[in-house]
Amino acid sequence: MILEYFMIFLLVLMLILAVYVVETKDLLAAVIASGFISLVASIVYLYLQAPDVAMTEAAIGAGLTTLIFIIAIRKTERYEK
Amino acid sequence: MRKLIAIAFLLILGFFMLKIVSVFPFGEERWGVSRHYVDKGIEENRASNLVTSIVVNYRGFDTLGEVTVLFLAATALAFLLATCKCRKKYERIEASLILKTASDILYPLLILFGAYIFIHGHLTPGGGFQGGTVIASAVMLMLLSRFTFHPNHRALSTIEGLAGIIFVLIGFAGFIWGGSFLANNILPLGHWNRLFSAGVIPLIYIAIGFKVGAELSGLITDMYKVTKEEE
Repeated sequence: MILEYFMIFLLVLMLILAVYVVETKDLLAAVIASGFISLVASIVYLYLQAPDVAMTEAAIGAGLTTLIFIIAIRKTERYEK
Repeated sequence: MRKLIAIAFLLILGFFMLKIVSVFPFGEERWGVSRHYVDKGIEENRASNLVTSIVVNYRGFDTLGEVTVLFLAATALAFLLATCKCRKKYERIEASLILKTASDILYPLLILFGAYIFIHGHLTPGGGFQGGTVIASAVMLMLLSRFTFHPNHRALSTIEGLAGIIFVLIGFAGFIWGGSFLANNILPLGHWNRLFSAGVIPLIYIAIGFKVGAELSGLITDMYKVTKEEE
């Protein structure tokens, strides 16, 4: 039961972070937050007994995508106009 | 006005999502084919990881399409970066001692771990895509910490092409000797839960691991190269 409440907390956290990603003007913060969403999603997948999907989400969503976006931000602008 | 339209659109989308979720209850069994995978999957393919058995064998053709999509995306990105003139100069800062030392230690370990994931794809969670991504993140770490680290682009694309060809050739071997494309009866299946088991599944996943690893490493190197020309 306590695990279920933890999962609900994680899902709400994902929603809040998603709104933050859309609203913030600092693109670097948005990228980090979206990476964090992926990390939380991978925890949720692990709870749902899908370790394969959790691994993909952690490696691609939290790791590689975040880094690729950071490279792109470094080469363009950090703040949204 | 635009915001109102957006909100209305989202509400309609949310309504239909809710409808779909209420029609398909979460976790309920609806299709007979999933029951077949769960009951007969290990018997037919001898892969202890049922997900791998489905991804590489039952739905192997979809995986081939997935790999092709990834290839197309990497090619499109390389094309865009080659023609893009919109570059901004910036100073590269030398990586700190901590990052340098840590990446020197982690680089071989990450490569090894990635190889472990895709070689054991039919036994433990994970597989070609996950292992390849771990290898690409190892390359990424070295690119971040070392100026002198230049992956050989020609070698990467050669590995990528060869791995893709091997995947298709295994599929055709199944077509010729097994009866259908990607059929899993051309090699002895062996005993489940052993490293040498599950027929062609580990071979295909090793090929996918090499392909994804080389592809994503090349993609990241491409993104880095845009600035290297400036320096």
